[in-house]
Amino acid sequence: MSIDAATVRKVAKLARIREAEERLEPLARELSGIMAWIEQLNEVDTDGVEPMTSAVNVPMPMREDVVTDGGDASRVLSNAPKSDKGFFVVPKVVE
Amino acid sequence: MSDLTDITLKDALEGLKARRFSSAEITQAHLTAMEGARALNAYVAETPEKALAMAAQADARIAKGEAGPLEGAPLGIKDLFCTEGDRSAACSRILENFRPTYESTVTANLWRDGAVMLGKLNMDEFAMGSSNETSACGPVVNPWRSKGSNRKLTPGGSSGGSASSVAANIALGATATDTGGSIRQPAAFTGTVGIKPTYGRCSRWGVIAFASSLDQAGPIARTVEDAAILLKSMSGHDPKDSTSLPVEVPDFPSFVGKSVKGLRIGVPKEYRVDGMPAEIETLWAQGIDWLKDAGCEIVEVSLPHTKYALPAYYIIAPAEASSNLARYDGMRYGLRVGDGGSLTDVYEETRAAGFGDEVKRRILIGTYVLSAGYYDAYYLKALKVRRRIADDFTQAFGKVDALLTPTAPSAAFGLGENSSDPVAMYLNDIFTVTVNLAGLPGMSLPGGVDAQGLPLGLQLIGRALDEGTLFSLGGALEKAAAFKARPEKWW
Repeated sequence: MSIDAATVRKVAKLARIREAEERLEPLARELSGIMAWIEQLNEVDTDGVEPMTSAVNVPMPMREDVVTDGGDASRVLSNAPKSDKGFFVVPKVVE
Repeated sequence: MSDLTDITLKDALEGLKARRFSSAEITQAHLTAMEGARALNAYVAETPEKALAMAAQADARIAKGEAGPLEGAPLGIKDLFCTEGDRSAACSRILENFRPTYESTVTANLWRDGAVMLGKLNMDEFAMGSSNETSACGPVVNPWRSKGSNRKLTPGGSSGGSASSVAANIALGATATDTGGSIRQPAAFTGTVGIKPTYGRCSRWGVIAFASSLDQAGPIARTVEDAAILLKSMSGHDPKDSTSLPVEVPDFPSFVGKSVKGLRIGVPKEYRVDGMPAEIETLWAQGIDWLKDAGCEIVEVSLPHTKYALPAYYIIAPAEASSNLARYDGMRYGLRVGDGGSLTDVYEETRAAGFGDEVKRRILIGTYVLSAGYYDAYYLKALKVRRRIADDFTQAFGKVDALLTPTAPSAAFGLGENSSDPVAMYLNDIFTVTVNLAGLPGMSLPGGVDAQGLPLGLQLIGRALDEGTLFSLGGALEKAAAFKARPEKWW
């Protein structure tokens, strides 16, 4: 299935990656090429096949619901692009 | 004293234990060699102060008779592993200034056993690439060159820095990771040994995520035994990674040198692909003969869904990557661009500036295949094909104990040679990616050189949790191949 510039614009928006208008066509061609190659999967009969979601066949381990870590705001904030008085500073989220 | 960098990890550990040389000496020898090898661009951060401090601690423990299994051995660490306080950026601009306040479990295991960190190794950005050319720090150069040529070759990827550093004697061994072949293909391109263990053998905690159901850490080393020593230290159950397997770690080095007589080795006919160089066919046939001579029984097997592994991978890995990389939003850590604009502006501009082209391409593919209306047609289909591929292996392992294949469809190629066509680049992983999808262990070791004098790798694939058999078979092949070729020092 071929991907057009409008689809690239929509997907880039969903992925929160800004793409310049003039990049949309070349990207559409590249992604169409990759998706055309991927189409060969349709040759495989997968009727009744259970999707494989994990490489290991073990049940998800459970643990006690207790606090194991925390109370260390300065370490949590040490890589923040912007912080103030123990908080992350972010652009206005709610008008 | 002989050159302390031109030595196997095993010999280095023996020399350290016998106090023929100190960790400070062998560490300094490596730091000096690293300075002289910057043309390779293998290290993106050298950490000499940390290295010498760790070496001093190792020497003190050796003096007290408290040496750990890796005591005093200087290693390189792939930039994908978080090491506390150091650059840990996955060679991406978006993490350039990130300094973790914690240590990955795998590196913590290495330090627990006494190893010394030399620095952080170059890689494809977020481990997405097969030539190291997607790194935001520029490509690594392979220490190997074609006969009579100055052309710069790729060391492979994504663990190109790991492979190059081990081949060029600027690390005794290195950590690496493998999502579709990123340990084994670079090992093949540089004449080194690399093993991707069973999924769940090594903790993923503190390893920057690419595709979580496929990512697995492992070592690159100079010999099969060195790889076994490193993997033993790196492995182990970790409650902080829910996919880490709660199983005992076998004594991997004790498997090297064990007889392989009577083992049944499968040769999958689907791994004979069009356009594969005759020299790789020849090496494969040679490998089969070596194992026959060692007493193995060779069985032709069929893995009928092999050709669908790469297309399935290029749905599953980008889908997982698009989810994993959603965390890079410019808010809590990493790069932030466009401050002053709206929240969405900051998200979009940060990610546009922070990610390279290949990473963006994969995020877009992943977002597309997971988007409304396409999920079933692509993502679910790929997961079903993944099951088919895993079932192929289950069938084969009903008849054989391990599989022997080539590692990669070519020897190392020139930098820039394959970068214009993404699909051509993806085909590098055609023999390695099946193992990631099925979660199985796979090892690459050097089998010989081609007419240009470049190393070629053989791959062994084992049953889940049966790395031990791979180390025995790898040991037998290594002995038969007697691979002694080394890159001529030009750097």
